[in-house]
Amino acid sequence: MAKEKLNIFESTCVPLPLENVDTDQIIPARFLSSTSREGFGNNLFRDWRFDQEGRAVQDFILNNRKYSGKILVAGKNFGCGSSREHAVWAVYDYGFRVVISSFFADIFRNNALNNGLLPLILPDDEVKGLIALVTAAPETIVKISVQERKVEIPSSGKSFTFEINPYKQECLIHGLDDIDYLINMRSRIADYEKKRGGLG
Amino acid sequence: MSSKTLFDKIWDAHRVHSIDDGPDVLYIDRHYIHEVTSPQAFRGLDERGITVFRPSLTLATADHNTPTRDQHLPIREELSRMQVDKLRENCSRHGIELFGLNHNYNGIVHVIGTELGYTRPGMTIVCGDSHTSTHGAFGTVAFGIGTSEVEMVLATQCILQTRPKTMRITVDGALGKAVTSKDIIMHIISLLTTGGATGYFVEYSGSAIRALSMESRMTICNMSIEMGARGGLIAPDKTTFSYLKNTKYYSGNNAFDDDLKSWKDLITDPGASFDKEIAINAESIRPMITYGTNPGMAIAVDAPLPDTEGMNSQDRDNYIKALSYMGFSPGIKLDGHPIDYVFLGSCTNGRIEDFRAFASVVKGRKKAENVTALLVPGSRLVEEQVKKEGLLEILRDAGFELRQPGCSSCLAMNEDKIPAGKYAVSTSNRNFEGRQGPGARTLLASPLTAAASAVTGRITDPRLF
Repeated sequence: MAKEKLNIFESTCVPLPLENVDTDQIIPARFLSSTSREGFGNNLFRDWRFDQEGRAVQDFILNNRKYSGKILVAGKNFGCGSSREHAVWAVYDYGFRVVISSFFADIFRNNALNNGLLPLILPDDEVKGLIALVTAAPETIVKISVQERKVEIPSSGKSFTFEINPYKQECLIHGLDDIDYLINMRSRIADYEKKRGGLG
Repeated sequence: MSSKTLFDKIWDAHRVHSIDDGPDVLYIDRHYIHEVTSPQAFRGLDERGITVFRPSLTLATADHNTPTRDQHLPIREELSRMQVDKLRENCSRHGIELFGLNHNYNGIVHVIGTELGYTRPGMTIVCGDSHTSTHGAFGTVAFGIGTSEVEMVLATQCILQTRPKTMRITVDGALGKAVTSKDIIMHIISLLTTGGATGYFVEYSGSAIRALSMESRMTICNMSIEMGARGGLIAPDKTTFSYLKNTKYYSGNNAFDDDLKSWKDLITDPGASFDKEIAINAESIRPMITYGTNPGMAIAVDAPLPDTEGMNSQDRDNYIKALSYMGFSPGIKLDGHPIDYVFLGSCTNGRIEDFRAFASVVKGRKKAENVTALLVPGSRLVEEQVKKEGLLEILRDAGFELRQPGCSSCLAMNEDKIPAGKYAVSTSNRNFEGRQGPGARTLLASPLTAAASAVTGRITDPRLF
């Protein structure tokens, strides 16, 4: 099923200078009891965003009105822990389209790409520099082109290229889906089964 | 033919197609599902108007949000009940075998799949759960996936996957007194850190690994994900084969001898190369415990917490944030620190061997009065075995209660939550903030350390017992 396309856009950023942000922080397990993919954004970073009485924690970044945008910039190893795709749904549903970090946990990265959320990897020093920059200047615009694999920060004159698997790059740009790709391969998969024999 | 690693052999045998400059199309032999990460995948099939491609290769259980008391009654929590009902409906509609709540084979997905013989050497195995790496103990390529990927497997029995790099961790030597496989893997994670194996698939080898039982090997492979590894596996050997021979699967057919022949090549060839190699001396490993808020933050139970000296500012900030959540300060010793809860269970340490270990320590002793204990078997079969072996009497005499199977307090989706600020010595796999309940403070350890701590009411070195 087609996803929302993601190619060229610009946005301000939300800095989250924490490392090893795990999926239990992104969306705690007690909010996983849903049978749909929608609505998880309300509980994104729930226990950092709200106290136990449900009041907004004032010094958490998402509650600071100075910071907003479609790009989340986070410390290394973002999305470690559980395989719950609900973490990606929560990040996406909240309004982010890109997460920048110096590396992502494998399952989170796959889940993100399967939902049209770009896990964008930059060198650790550059991520730290970007966090410092947008923390000090929340109005900083970051431009991203998936087609050109490029990140630009006009105000500082910096630009970087990022790596992305060409297949996944195409999927993001055109809003394509791995499942459609695989469904079209069903007869080839059945041939593989025959050749191999005796499965299950 | 060139030398290959065991991982490469299994991966290559399951590659249906390689996309140019893209991922591989990987065929999946065994797909496990549970109530929490599957409903949206079935919904996706419905929206596409397609059915499950190979229903006989998927097995379902309800485990993540199920209660561990009064399982014969309706689930009280409405959303959980809806998820469990939805799973039953989806399985029945698509012809998928379900070992649901109250079924004789119900239990945690990674406990039942292995104990019943659904997991066998050489397979590719996935599940919408990161601890799917557990199944690697049988010489399989097994890893956790997201719900979109669950939908891929239901729709086509394949997923698109980028081939990971390979790492071999060799553990040689004999383990010391009261040092378990949980301590081996916690020691490894503390060395590599919580993200240190990201992008790799790990093979565990060496004499210390060979000497372990299947249950202990599962504990090691289970926690591979806690250092970011895609998965972890151990080459099958005599221990694996004799375990499998006794499973339900092989008692129902006479395929064992033929299968056994097909497993003989499931080894890493001499001379095969890995992207990374790590060697560990088993004698250097002591009983471990975590002190922070990720599984890499672990030390020997009798060692002091790290000092902040020499840390860069980012590391120090992360460290202090974790310690402040835990209510600890740098340099203190955890040994002797009072605790409130003990949790024995989970896909990491909820098997019969873990209950034997726990019972061996508490036998003839009493649970400390300040400790609330949750003893949760990994499956109905484990629960039955605990009773059959007389462990239940030992546990009861020592003041413990046995619960019914499920994931329970490991992720606290059900009622088994640790209250805010309370300390829990847990045999599970994650000590993230709020993992066992909002504000809960988790100390991961082995069943022996959990038992010793349950008896004294304090964090306790199991070598004293």
